[in-house]
Amino acid sequence: MSKQSPLRSPLKRARGLGASHTGVHHFWIQRISAVALIPLTLWFMVMLVTTLITADRAGVADFMANPLHALLLGALIVAMFVHARIGIGEIITDYIRNEGPKVGAMLLTNALIYGFGAASLLAILHLHLFGIK
Amino acid sequence: MAVEFHPCVQGKLMSNIQDNRPLSPHLGIYSWLISNTLSILHRLTGFGLTLGLIPLALWLWGAAYEPQLFDCISQLATSIPGKLFLFGWTWAFFYHLGNGIRHLNWDMGRGFSLPDMAASGWIVIVFSFSMSIFTWTIILQKVGFDV
Repeated sequence: MSKQSPLRSPLKRARGLGASHTGVHHFWIQRISAVALIPLTLWFMVMLVTTLITADRAGVADFMANPLHALLLGALIVAMFVHARIGIGEIITDYIRNEGPKVGAMLLTNALIYGFGAASLLAILHLHLFGIK
Repeated sequence: MAVEFHPCVQGKLMSNIQDNRPLSPHLGIYSWLISNTLSILHRLTGFGLTLGLIPLALWLWGAAYEPQLFDCISQLATSIPGKLFLFGWTWAFFYHLGNGIRHLNWDMGRGFSLPDMAASGWIVIVFSFSMSIFTWTIILQKVGFDV
């Protein structure tokens, strides 16, 4: 802003997207999800310690039958997997130098994150709607 | 040679001089401080917590669809190694939470002076351990020490 580089074209500056081509998108999403995770994780920690840690399957289903519980846990799962995906991606781009292994690690991370995240959401939805039947 | 380097980096620099490529000062010449220790721990705990998402997903999946998987996860979680892992995850959670809030504070442009950074770092360390011990005092009162 203060200094205008002669090496950077006006269009490049106007777009403001930098070397990643996505600007500060990941940075911002990581902060948004971090803020959301503060109350959500603390709530879940309290729920774990007070109820879920000693619950059998029926107990877990009873917990999920409450719409507020299912909603908050769903939100927690989404925020956590979004936050984890960006964090692990950052570690990969920092430490893996070669393009091949880097893309491979990114694909594997995404597959695992979306896979386990979707499985968690489906299980929560199932427990909420149908219990353990 | 006019400039003498610390023995830790001399070898690295010399090998690079032979390759005729410059290299910035390497890890070995930095002193170990609370700031970089906590920074590394933030990444490590973030990575560890991410691994913890897998048993969490399996636990939910087991509750919904697979009784055997649920029993398996329950047995693992209540075993001694399982409890130790869960205590580690609890600590990682409270550490990442505390240090994350420390990061969010920096993102708002506050707390950048060296004494502030050291102080907030120690607060995070004390917070993470005391909250983990507090949480597990409650858990062990509920479930007991036996396997």
